[in-house]
Amino acid sequence: MTDSGPSTLERFNNGIGAENPIFRQILGMCPTLAVTNTVKGAMTMAAAVAFVLICSNIIVSLLRNLLKPHLRILVFTLTIATFVTIADKLLAAFVPDMSRRLGPYVPLIIVNCIIIARCEVCAAKQGIMPAIGDALGQSIGNAVALLAVSSVREILGDGRWLGWTVYSSVPGTWESWSIMILPPGAFLTLGLLLGAVNWVIAAAKRPSVNQPAADAAAQAEPA
Amino acid sequence: MKENYLKQSWLVIVLALVFGVALAFVQTSLASRIEQNKLDLTLKQIPALVPGAAGGRQETISGKTVFQALDKSGRQVGWVVKGSGLGFADVIELLVGLNNDTDRITGMYVLDQKETPGLGNKIGEEAFSGQFAGKSSARPLVVVKGSASAGNQVAAISGATISSQSVTDIVNKTVQDIRPLLAGKSKRD
Repeated sequence: MTDSGPSTLERFNNGIGAENPIFRQILGMCPTLAVTNTVKGAMTMAAAVAFVLICSNIIVSLLRNLLKPHLRILVFTLTIATFVTIADKLLAAFVPDMSRRLGPYVPLIIVNCIIIARCEVCAAKQGIMPAIGDALGQSIGNAVALLAVSSVREILGDGRWLGWTVYSSVPGTWESWSIMILPPGAFLTLGLLLGAVNWVIAAAKRPSVNQPAADAAAQAEPA
Repeated sequence: MKENYLKQSWLVIVLALVFGVALAFVQTSLASRIEQNKLDLTLKQIPALVPGAAGGRQETISGKTVFQALDKSGRQVGWVVKGSGLGFADVIELLVGLNNDTDRITGMYVLDQKETPGLGNKIGEEAFSGQFAGKSSARPLVVVKGSASAGNQVAAISGATISSQSVTDIVNKTVQDIRPLLAGKSKRD
């Protein structure tokens, strides 16, 4: 197998911007919708996904020359499941509060498509450095997206950010919208943010067609 | 053919073994800590559940795990019992505090719940859970809408009658089940 493909730096940058797992690939929707009603929960989820993604990419990249085409998905799943179980146990042992809050969503990282997609697209084909760069980039891209969604939801829905009070509800004048921390708030926020990010990218591309401007666009976080 | 299969699948078999050993190692090194976290969560609540309690001790009575609530000098001041049952969304786990004679509920704390945020999850808030303290355990508690008037009534959370009812049912069942087991077991000397 040849190790041709994007370089480590390209892989890293793509994960944050042009191939952002949430806003560009629309992967990992389950945690993006389910655990983003608090910033703290979303960031714990992002950290757990990063741990699993980096470890899985390293192992798969090291094993890439031994993989049989028809057994590769089995190897990916085995690797991912192992690291998810480790992450679940680590959370339960060291941050029991967050582990209780995230409940079943930690074991569900096993079926998070971001990870298996990176194993398939990058780690199974490229060496260890591009695989690590890819995992880091995708993890940061995932964390930035979860941060954006959860910030909007926690501030509008609860008047707080990371547990700190941003504003207090004044009955009759301005009250926090509890719908934002309920499931519909997740769909509303994600849909609007997706639209906003893609609109910014499209707008940035318009003046000069040949200029890849996706990186700048992905950092444009909505206020 | 047999050799062919092994040639194809040896990597999966080896990985499964290696990963299995790794997980066994993680489990053995973290299991006691995880158990301790769960126990701490319960023990931490005991002072809030039983007046005068400073800590607690786990004990098994007739196959059931209960917690003795102890004051600073180690005298027993009550019991804490775990209960669980189905809520509106998922299983609700809670703790009930009882006095030494088990004829009075001294407190209630929701350990784990996945009720609707903003509505049902108010079962964990003092305004609702505080109502259980001081109730007699001789009669089952009854949920009422609006405000509670009689001694054995609990006011439902508006918009979350099912969650309120579930919690009250779990408390009733937990108390009924445990009272006969605890009769005369308090060590008050």
